[in-house]
Amino acid sequence: MDKLLTPSGGKSHLLLGNEAIVRGALEAGLAFATCYPGTPSSEVPDTLYRLKKQSPEAAKYYFEYSTNEKVALECASGAAAAGLRTLCTMKHVGLNVAADPLMTLAYVGTQAGMVVLAADDPSMFSSQNEQDSRYYARLSGLPMFEPADPVEAKEMVKFAFDLSEELETPVLLRTTTRVNHAREAVPFAKPKTPKLQSKFKKDPMRFVTVPAVSRKLHLRLMQIYDKAQAVSEKGPWNTVSGRGKLGVITSGVAAHYVSDALDDLGAKTKVKVLKIGMSWPLPEKKIANFLKTADKVLVVEELEPLLENACRAIAQRDKIKVEIVGKSDKVPAQSVDVAAPDFFSRAFEYNPRLVRQVLAKTFGFKYKNTTPVSPKGLPALPGRPPNLCAGCPHRATYYAVKEVLGQDAVYPTDIGCYTLGLLPPISMADFLICMGSSVSSSGGISRATGQKVVSFIGDSTFFHSGLTGLANAVHNNHNFTLVILDNGTTAMTGHQPHPGVDTEKIGDSTTHIDIEGVVRGLGVQHVTTIKPLKTKSSIAAIKEAVEFQGVSVVISKELCPLYARRVAPKTRKPFQVSEAKCKGHLDCIKKVACPAMFLENGKAKINSLQCIGCALCAQICPENAILPVKA
Amino acid sequence: MKTQRIVNVAVGGQGNLLASNLLGMAALDAGLPVVVSEIHGMAQRGGVVESAVILGGAKSPIVSAGEADILMSFEPLEALRLLGKCNRDTLVITSTRALPPFTVAIGAAAYPPPEESVAVLRKKVKKVVAFDGQDLAEQAKNPLSLNMVMLGALFARGELDVPVKSIKKMIRQNTKERFTQANLAAFDLGFKAAAAA
Repeated sequence: MDKLLTPSGGKSHLLLGNEAIVRGALEAGLAFATCYPGTPSSEVPDTLYRLKKQSPEAAKYYFEYSTNEKVALECASGAAAAGLRTLCTMKHVGLNVAADPLMTLAYVGTQAGMVVLAADDPSMFSSQNEQDSRYYARLSGLPMFEPADPVEAKEMVKFAFDLSEELETPVLLRTTTRVNHAREAVPFAKPKTPKLQSKFKKDPMRFVTVPAVSRKLHLRLMQIYDKAQAVSEKGPWNTVSGRGKLGVITSGVAAHYVSDALDDLGAKTKVKVLKIGMSWPLPEKKIANFLKTADKVLVVEELEPLLENACRAIAQRDKIKVEIVGKSDKVPAQSVDVAAPDFFSRAFEYNPRLVRQVLAKTFGFKYKNTTPVSPKGLPALPGRPPNLCAGCPHRATYYAVKEVLGQDAVYPTDIGCYTLGLLPPISMADFLICMGSSVSSSGGISRATGQKVVSFIGDSTFFHSGLTGLANAVHNNHNFTLVILDNGTTAMTGHQPHPGVDTEKIGDSTTHIDIEGVVRGLGVQHVTTIKPLKTKSSIAAIKEAVEFQGVSVVISKELCPLYARRVAPKTRKPFQVSEAKCKGHLDCIKKVACPAMFLENGKAKINSLQCIGCALCAQICPENAILPVKA
Repeated sequence: MKTQRIVNVAVGGQGNLLASNLLGMAALDAGLPVVVSEIHGMAQRGGVVESAVILGGAKSPIVSAGEADILMSFEPLEALRLLGKCNRDTLVITSTRALPPFTVAIGAAAYPPPEESVAVLRKKVKKVVAFDGQDLAEQAKNPLSLNMVMLGALFARGELDVPVKSIKKMIRQNTKERFTQANLAAFDLGFKAAAAA
C-alpha cells in the first residue's frame, strides 16, 4: 500500500507539496474530491485517483475528474452542502472558470469542511498568465491559507478543513509552483475516519439564493469574516519572530527566501519578521502592532502588492508613522532569475538572491554576492524547445490542414500539447487566451474579417469549454471549421481521463461520451471523422469541411502515442530512409519536423529508436523513399 | 553541517527528477535536512528538465544565479545553458554524450562539439568532472541508467554529507527490481569514473 495511505502517524516521508496536500486531506477525513487537472496542481488529483485505483479498500473517498473547474466546484459544493468533507482542486486560471459558483457558494457555505485549492504559477512555467489568486479571497470574502512549503501545506489543509467545518464556509488554499513542486520530509499523523455518506437536509432559506435569501446570506458572510479574522489574529499561522526596529512582512515561499537571506546577512537578530500564513482575512491588529513598533518595514510577497497595500491602508487608518517599502514600479529585464535586480516587481517569481539583495539594500546590510559566471565566450547555444512527440497524430493533422489551406487561413488554437503547433515548421497557432477560446474566437475572427478560419481544440478541452462555444457558433450561423484533436486522453497534464475517453481501456467504470454524437447533437451540419495518419483521405475530408459554408467539424481521431504505449500497445515497425531512393527534397524535415528525423550530409535520416512507425513521413516523401525497417 | 545547493539539468526522459528525488530520500534516510524542487511541464516533449536539491538546512527550494555549489548536467550543451547558476568555485559534473536538440537535427542550428563545451567549462569554473556517462550506463546494461551514473559521480566528487550507503539503499528500495543490479552497477561506474577524472 502506498505510504500516503498509512493508517498511523509518526514517521516522516519525503513528499511533493501536492502529495502533502493529499495526505493532509486524508488525515482530515476526506470523503469527496473533485478537480480539473492543471499544472502545478495536477499531482493532487492524480495521486487521489491513483490511490483509489491501487487500494480501493483503503482509499474510501469518492473522487472524480470533472469536466471543468466550474463543474468540479459545483459538484463539490453539493457534497459539502450535504455534509461531507470535500476537496476541490484546480490551477489558478481554473479558479476563473469556477469563479461564478465560488462567489455565491461563499454566501450559502457548507455543512462540512470544504477546501478549494488554487495553484498559482508565478513566472508561468506552464501557464498562460501569472494572475494572483489571492484576489479571490478578497473578492469572495472567504478565508485563505498560503503555505510556504509541503509541511505547512499538509498542516494548513487539516486546519482549513476544521475551520471550514466550524464556520460552515469553504476555505481557499493558495499555493505556488514552488510549494506544489517542492519535496521535503513531511511528518505524518493518524488519519481521521471519514464520514462517507450523509443526508441532504433541506434548508431553502440557506441554500437557494433568491435575492431575499442572498441579502441575509451576505450579512452571514460578513459575520463569518469577523470570526475568521479572529482566527487570523490569534491562530497559529500569522506569527512574529525576532525583534528590532526593522521589520519584514512576508508570505508563501518568499518567507523562506527571507529566512535564508537573514541568515546569509547575519541579520536574524536585527530584523523581526511577520510571516502571514493565513492571508485572508488579514490579522489587521497584529499588522498594526508590528508596524507601530517598527521604523521601517519591507513587504516581501510574490506577484501583486496585496499585503503591501493593506499595510499602507492600516498605517494610514491608525496614523502609524512607519516607512513601508514594497514593490517598485520599475519594469525588470526579461527574467529576474538570470540577473536578480535589487527591487521587487509584480512580475515573475522571487528567488533567494533577489530577496537578499533587496533586504540588504533596504536596511543597509553589507553582503558580498557570488559572481555568476559570465556568458562571454560561450558558443551559440542551440535552443531546445519542447516538440510534439515522434508519431504524435497532431503533427499529421496540422500537416493535412496546411496542405489544404497553407498559411493564409487564420488558426485559433487552444490549451494542450497541440499548442506546440505554434512552433515552426508547423506555425499554425494564431490566437489563444484560455481553455475553449479556439471555438468562440473563431466566430469573432471570421465575422470580423471574412477570412478562412480553422481552429484546433483537444478532446479534453472540448468537453471542458468547447461545447457552449460550438452551440453559440451553430446558433449564430458562424462560418469556420473546428478540428477536434481527439487523442483519447488529457495528454498535456499527464493522461487523465475525460468524458470522451474509452473507459474500458483504463478499467474505469465511468461512462464514455461519443464526440461525434455530441457535435451532431449540437446541430453541426458538416461532421467528419478522420484518421490523421492516413494523409490522403484526411486531406480530402478537410478540403470538403473547409469548403462548407457554416460551422463544420473535423474530428481527428488517433490515440496519443505515449498513452497508447500504456493502454493499447501496438508494435509497428520503425521506418528508414532508402539512400538509393532519397533525392534530398527534405519535405519530410521541412513539413513535418518529427523529432525522430535528423540530417546527415544533407539527407534525411530516421532514428529507429525514436520512430514509432506512424508512417506520416513515408506518405509525404515525393520519391517514396521512406520505408519500414526490414526485420 | 554545510549547506550545499545542487542544480541538476537534463533533457526530458533522462531521469533527472528521479535522481533528485533519490538524493532527497537518501538525505532524509541519513537524517539530514533537505529540500528538493522540480520544474515539471513539458519534460516528456523533449524540453529541458531542471531540478534542485538543497542539503544542509537552507529553506529556499530554488537556487539563484551564481549560487550553485554543484551543477550536475546529464548533457554537455545543457551544462553550458545553465552556466549562469555557477560561480568560479562551483563544481560542474557533466556527461559528455551529446543529445542534439531537434533544432540541430534539422539543420536549423549548430551544436557546439562536446569537447569544446568542456573546454569552455574548464575556463569558466575551477572544477570540472566530464566523462561519457551514457557509455557507462550502457556498460551497466541499462541504457536508461544515466541518472544512476550521474549520482555515482556526484557522490564521488561532491563531498556530500549524505553517505553512499543511504543512496544505495534508496536505489534498491525505489527503482524497479529488475533494474536494481544494473542501477547499482551504473552508480559504481559513475563513482569510479568521476573519482578518476
